[in-house]
Formats: sequence, structure tokens, C-alpha cells
Amino acid sequence: MKGNVVLVSNLEADAQRRATRRSWLLSAPALLVLFFAASGPLLIVLVYSFLTSGEYGGIVWKFSTEAWFNVVFIRDIFDDSLGLADAHLRILWRSTKLSFITTAATLAIGFPTAYFIATRPRKSRNIWLFLVTIPFWTNLLIRTFAILEVIRNKGLVNMLLLKMGIIDSPIQMIFTDFAILVGMTYVYLPLMVLPLYASMERLDFNLVEAAYDLYATRAKVLWRVIIPLVKPGIVAGSILVFIPSLGAFVIPRVLGGGKKMMLGNLIELQFGAGRNWPLGAALSITLLSIVMIALLFYVRNMQNDTDGPR
Amino acid sequence: MRNETDRNGMAVGDVSAAINAENVTKAFGTGKDKILALNDVTVAIEENEFFTLLGPSGCGKTTLLRLIAGFDHPTIGTIKLHGKDISHLPPYQRSINTVFQSYALFPHMTVAQNISFGLEMLGKPKSDIKETVAEMLALVKMDELRNRRTDQISGGQQQRVALARALAPKPEVLLLDEPLAALDYKLRKEMQIELKRLQHETGITFIFVTHDQEEALTMSDRIAVMEAGRILQVGTPRQIYNHPEERFVADFIGSTNFLSAEVVSISEGDAKLKLSSGKVVSVKLPSGMVPEKEVTAVVRPEYAYLHTETEKNGDLSGKLENIVYFGTDTHYHIRLPDQTLFVTRRQNQREDAETFAVGLNVDIAFKPNSIQILRD
Repeated sequence: MKGNVVLVSNLEADAQRRATRRSWLLSAPALLVLFFAASGPLLIVLVYSFLTSGEYGGIVWKFSTEAWFNVVFIRDIFDDSLGLADAHLRILWRSTKLSFITTAATLAIGFPTAYFIATRPRKSRNIWLFLVTIPFWTNLLIRTFAILEVIRNKGLVNMLLLKMGIIDSPIQMIFTDFAILVGMTYVYLPLMVLPLYASMERLDFNLVEAAYDLYATRAKVLWRVIIPLVKPGIVAGSILVFIPSLGAFVIPRVLGGGKKMMLGNLIELQFGAGRNWPLGAALSITLLSIVMIALLFYVRNMQNDTDGPR
Repeated sequence: MRNETDRNGMAVGDVSAAINAENVTKAFGTGKDKILALNDVTVAIEENEFFTLLGPSGCGKTTLLRLIAGFDHPTIGTIKLHGKDISHLPPYQRSINTVFQSYALFPHMTVAQNISFGLEMLGKPKSDIKETVAEMLALVKMDELRNRRTDQISGGQQQRVALARALAPKPEVLLLDEPLAALDYKLRKEMQIELKRLQHETGITFIFVTHDQEEALTMSDRIAVMEAGRILQVGTPRQIYNHPEERFVADFIGSTNFLSAEVVSISEGDAKLKLSSGKVVSVKLPSGMVPEKEVTAVVRPEYAYLHTETEKNGDLSGKLENIVYFGTDTHYHIRLPDQTLFVTRRQNQREDAETFAVGLNVDIAFKPNSIQILRD
């Protein structure tokens, strides 16, 4: 009898081992890709950030924290006195600020859009979703130049306003923060609308009626019922917009005209004309850290939701 | 046009009524796709009444409920709450609450938060809200689960929370949209009694929508039977069951036998009917009805007796085709000479031996005053 029990437990252990091996085998391709395409390069960037820059770009294999130091501080060339790297901090601040505003703007535009689509009859919803995704068919660069065409000094908007006599001379819109904002909001809007729609489509509209029935006005229904219930969509959309906004490169380059840089442009500069690869690497890791903090916030938020109401 | 005043026993537009629907028509869609969900419905629902809208799915009962709640608005006609026109007010401006078929409890709130929602929206002081919520939790016996999430409680418990939530703001009228449909049989029976108790204790007018005739008969003070966007008949459960005026009402509620008969004579609300057997019986006419020569008469199975043919004193006679034993009673299927099937029902006694056999020729005798004439 006892022998049987041992045998059975052996068999069970065997089966478990086989299952474990099989799951490793099945996930091997994904793990390989992740390692060679994500973790590996990231590791290289991390290592580079602790090396010395070569005279004509590239790196010299000598340990240094100079690059990390240079992210925030600047050493005067003449007297070696320390100062804050104003330019870097300004760019960091602008990147964060513009990304936040972009997220807010896409949310403000995307929320009613998603609500509109989610409340259409089931058949026409797909058509509206299809329309939302159409911009993805065109290259980002071309879309950005299209925006440039619309808002440049002799562009569509200025010409219309001049013709209508609302303004006397064209408004300078391109090469400003505003231009970058318009560009990012336009480009990243679908990334907000789609997750918002996904959670609104699951929303039980009986709950909305129940809230109206219980004396909630439209605004109260929005704040007390709709927003809490579609919160996962709001958070997911915000993350999806915030992260690429922070690292945006093409949009600030074209619409900011090189005058209004964002983190992405600064990093590119270090690997290109700046010939300071370690600094570029350090800035990249800085960008990654900000994104990580944002994701951490997201994960914690989601956990609170599954913990139930407080 | 029938006279609503006679049939409901009260004047239309009565200010004392909790709800007055006056000539309400609701159309959905336009042009060829236009559907009349409600077609010129007039009904008065009294204060403190348990009123049921009964009908098959698609008869317009839920549409009428949604118009009273304010989720939809009538295309034509007015709806009054205690004499005040509320036809086009939004739901949050009516002192009317709804218990939804799906309960529609807020999943991001606890049981207690669900119940307090309406009170908060009304801007009641915190202390009042606390008091009322405690009172409501006690009323539906859910006090111990007050801090549970709504997905952590059973269907029956969700039902109670939905009731408490709708009752908490002390509405003038409570609407219930098939609230028991999702419950199993036993729980449904319990909740039927519970609902009657709640209505009695709170003194609030209940308007209850159901397609279940048994539910309607057992719970209601009055029932409105609806079909195809119209109210066919309004009355107490007894009136509806014993004095159905339309074929649909007679057919939808309980089981019944339809007989074609010929009117021989009419005198002061009474009529003499000649049945297919040639026998002439006396029948009370429904008020205000002037029958044509050919009428349909209905007799409930339990109002007819069987006799063996030798006694020769029946109102109808036929051949016994089937005997079905149900435990509480036995059904006898009799084929009449004109090929219609007639069913009688007899309550069983414990030591009864079956006195009839299939194939026997039998007489059917009606209890006195058990025939009802339909208006059709």
C-alpha cells in the first residue's frame, strides 16, 4: 500500500517536471527574441553609459561616471566650477510637460469619441473604429509633415484666418511647443481611443440608467459611475500615449524645428553631432526610468482596483 | 372606443391616482420600420397599490415602465405623477425608482454604498443617509453583508440590495421590471412574499412588470393585461381570472375552454345562450356589452363536472379521450361532437378510485354562473 503511494507521488513529480520542461520549450522563442532584441541591447546601453566617450564618437573602454554626471550637471570649461545642466533640465522638463499635456489632450478628445463609438449600434461601431485606425496606414513622417503643412505660416489655418479677416499677420505656430503638442495629440489620439473604447464597450449601460434613476444628473453619472468603471481604459490609454510622447523624436524634430528639443532629440544629438555616446546612453536610461515609474504607477493602480472598494 | 371609466371602475385623470397614463403612444423607428410599442394606452394606477403589467414579451409592458421611469418619453400622450405632468422630465427629476431586471448594481461600490447612492444624489445630510441605509439594510435583512462587493453576494441577495437601493430614497412609485425572472423557483416564491411584505410595510405604490401569470395573480392588487401595445383589461386577479373579456386574456391566464354559442335572447344584462349540444344556459353579460348572434363563451376546467352519460343531465356531452393525473388534481380531456376538445379538472382525494375510463361517453355539467362571454 505504502509502496503504491510512493509510486504515485513519483509519477506525479515526473509529470510535473515534464510539464515544466514543455512550458520552457514553448516559451523559448519568445525568450530568445526578448533577450537578443530587448534585454541585450539595453544591457549594452547601460554599459556604454559608464564608459568614456571617444574623440570622434564611439566609446573608449574606460570606466567613468562622467556621462551620468553630465545628465544633470555641467562643468565650466575654464574654472571647472559646477553648474546645473540647464539645457538638459529644460529639455527634460519640456518632454515631461508636453507628454502630460498630450496625455490630457488625447484623453479630453478621446473620451467623448470613445463614448460616441461605444453607444452606436453594434454594426456601425466597427466602421467608426476603422475610421479611427486609418491614420496608422500612413507613415508617421508623412503625417507629421501634413500637420506642418496645415499650421505653417502660409499653411491652411493661417490662410483661412487671414482670408476671414480674423488676423492681420500669420500666427507663428510651427517651431513652438504648441506645434509639437498638436502633432503629438494628433498622432497618439488613436492609442487613447482604442483602450478607452474597449472598456466602454464592456460598460453596462443599465448602470448609467440606474444612476439617472437614482437622481444623478449627467455630470454626476459621469463622475460617479462612468469614469470609475472605465478607469482601466483611461489608465491604459494614458500610459500608451504618455510613453511614446516622452520619447517622441520625429514630431519635435519636424514641428519643433530643432529649436524646441525633446529627450528623443537630445539623445539623437549625443549619438550624432554631439559625439558623446556615453551621455546619450545615460540619457536613454533616464528616459527609460521615467517610463518605468509611470508603469509602476499603472500597475499599483490596477492592483488597487482588484483589491475592491475601500 | 371602449369606455375606460366603466372598465377600470374609476375616472381617468383622477388626481388621487399615483400614475395616470393618458392616451400614451410610443413609436420606435420611422417610416416603414416604425413600430408602435404602445398604442393609445390609458390607465390609472392608484396610490399604495400593487399594480402589475402582465403580458407576453414584446407586448409593450417594459416600454410603459420605461416611460414612467423617464428613460424614454411618449411620442403622443401624457404621463402624470399625482396629477403633475412628468412626460418629458428626465429620470433624475422624478420621485420614481426602478428595480432593474439585471439589478444593475454598481460593481465598484459596496452593498451599503449602492443603497446610499440615491440619497447622496438627493443631497441628504450624512446622518440621515446613515440612518436610512441602516433602516434599508434591516428591511431587506442584508445588514451583515453591508460591506461586501456586489459580485460577492448571491443572486437573491443582489435582488434584495437592488430593492433596498430603489426604496431608500422613499420614491412615490417603485417600478419593478421582471425582478424575479433570474431567480430559481424556490427563491422566486420567497421573494414574491417578501415583495408583498415590503409593499405593505413601506406603503409605496408598486408597478410590477411580468410575463408570469401566476406571479401576477398571487401578488397583485390589480392587473393590467397587455398585448401588442394595448391594455386589454384591467382588474383584480379575481376579475381577470373569472371574468376575462377578451379571448387573449382568457387564453393567456390559466387554461380555459372556448365554446362557440348562439345568443337566443337578451334581457337586462342576462343572455340565454344555446350551446353546441342544443342546451340553453343563462349567462350574465359583461357590463356594457351588446353581444352579436354568434359569441364565444369560456369555461374554466375546474368549473365543470363530469357525469357518466346515463345520468343525461349535462350541458355538453362527449367522449373521454384522455385522463391525466397531476397529483393534486386530475385532468379529463373530452372530445365534443363538433371535434373541439374540452378539459375539466377535478381535485383528487387520497382514497379516490378512478371512476372514469378512456373511451367512455360522458356528460359535462357547469357549475352555476361559470360561463363568461368574450367580446370578439
